[in-house]
Amino acid sequence: MTTMQPLKYKKRTLLQCTVLLISALMIAHGVSRGELETVWNKAVNICLECIGLG
Amino acid sequence: MNNAVKRKLIQIAAFGFTNSHIGNFAGGKLYTGKWKQFCNPGLNCYSCPAATLACPIGAMQAVAGSMQYNFSFYVVGFLLAVGVLLGRFVCGWLCPFGLVQELLYKIPSRKYRLRKLFTYMKYGILVVFVFVLPIAATNYMGMGKPAFCQYICPSGTLFGGIPMTAAHPELRTATGFLFGLKISILILTILACVFIFRFFCKTLCPLGAIYGLLNKISIYHLEVDRQSCIKCGQCAHTCKMDVDPTTAPNSAECIRCGACAASCPKQAIRLGFTSLGPVQK
Repeated sequence: MTTMQPLKYKKRTLLQCTVLLISALMIAHGVSRGELETVWNKAVNICLECIGLG
Repeated sequence: MNNAVKRKLIQIAAFGFTNSHIGNFAGGKLYTGKWKQFCNPGLNCYSCPAATLACPIGAMQAVAGSMQYNFSFYVVGFLLAVGVLLGRFVCGWLCPFGLVQELLYKIPSRKYRLRKLFTYMKYGILVVFVFVLPIAATNYMGMGKPAFCQYICPSGTLFGGIPMTAAHPELRTATGFLFGLKISILILTILACVFIFRFFCKTLCPLGAIYGLLNKISIYHLEVDRQSCIKCGQCAHTCKMDVDPTTAPNSAECIRCGACAASCPKQAIRLGFTSLGPVQK
């Protein structure tokens, strides 16, 4: 049964792990340099562009 | 409980969680708690009075267009993580605007399929309006504007623009050409969604474009058991996203709704985190 060749299956798993690792590092870097605060500041004030006035 | 009912309940629960501050509609206020620093996996305007979380597309543009940064590692990393884990499962099961579009499609009318060419538009919108314009079109202080939110996003107009201008007379006086443009896009999107299943997801959504690209490698995926498949074509016929799971199980258009798996007479299609495994020789 099945759908994936062994090499493709291994490559896919490796790619998934690599992207997850990169994304974790990116989130950690973004949080450490204060991006959360920038997002929060934008999100708690009325975004005039978002509502079509900006 | 069948798959369609289960999905609808989860969509409603996700909509409720991401828009839990209903009381804010009365005064046109926004929720300002700490949850707002975290991104919602689906498209949900953070200028909606009820919104609990930040819109990832809005947040990405806000960080990239700010004076301090040109790129959001936090938001892009978040979208990569969610995308590689779930792919477009987010669109099919968790996105508030996806639920709205599906409800619009329930309005009785003649239904149409969309030409595949139009599905590539969302990639152009992602590159131009989400990545390039917020960084390139800056003012004298180096600040860019969230171009997708400003010129296109019908979700923002529906959940943010209309409630906010209704609650604040001073905002109504500021409405002009841009507001008219966004209202026009919203009306066209609503009309198109009545006739075409998830028109916005298929053609305009930059978040769908990101998750669609990651659908190819996402851990939550779709597989077809070739030995059980009798090639009856029922799955492709059932799919409202115009995907043939037997030829493109990880298509960028598949929102993992599971309608194909439910329709398969041989149970040859499955969705899940674990794989059927490599080919046995």
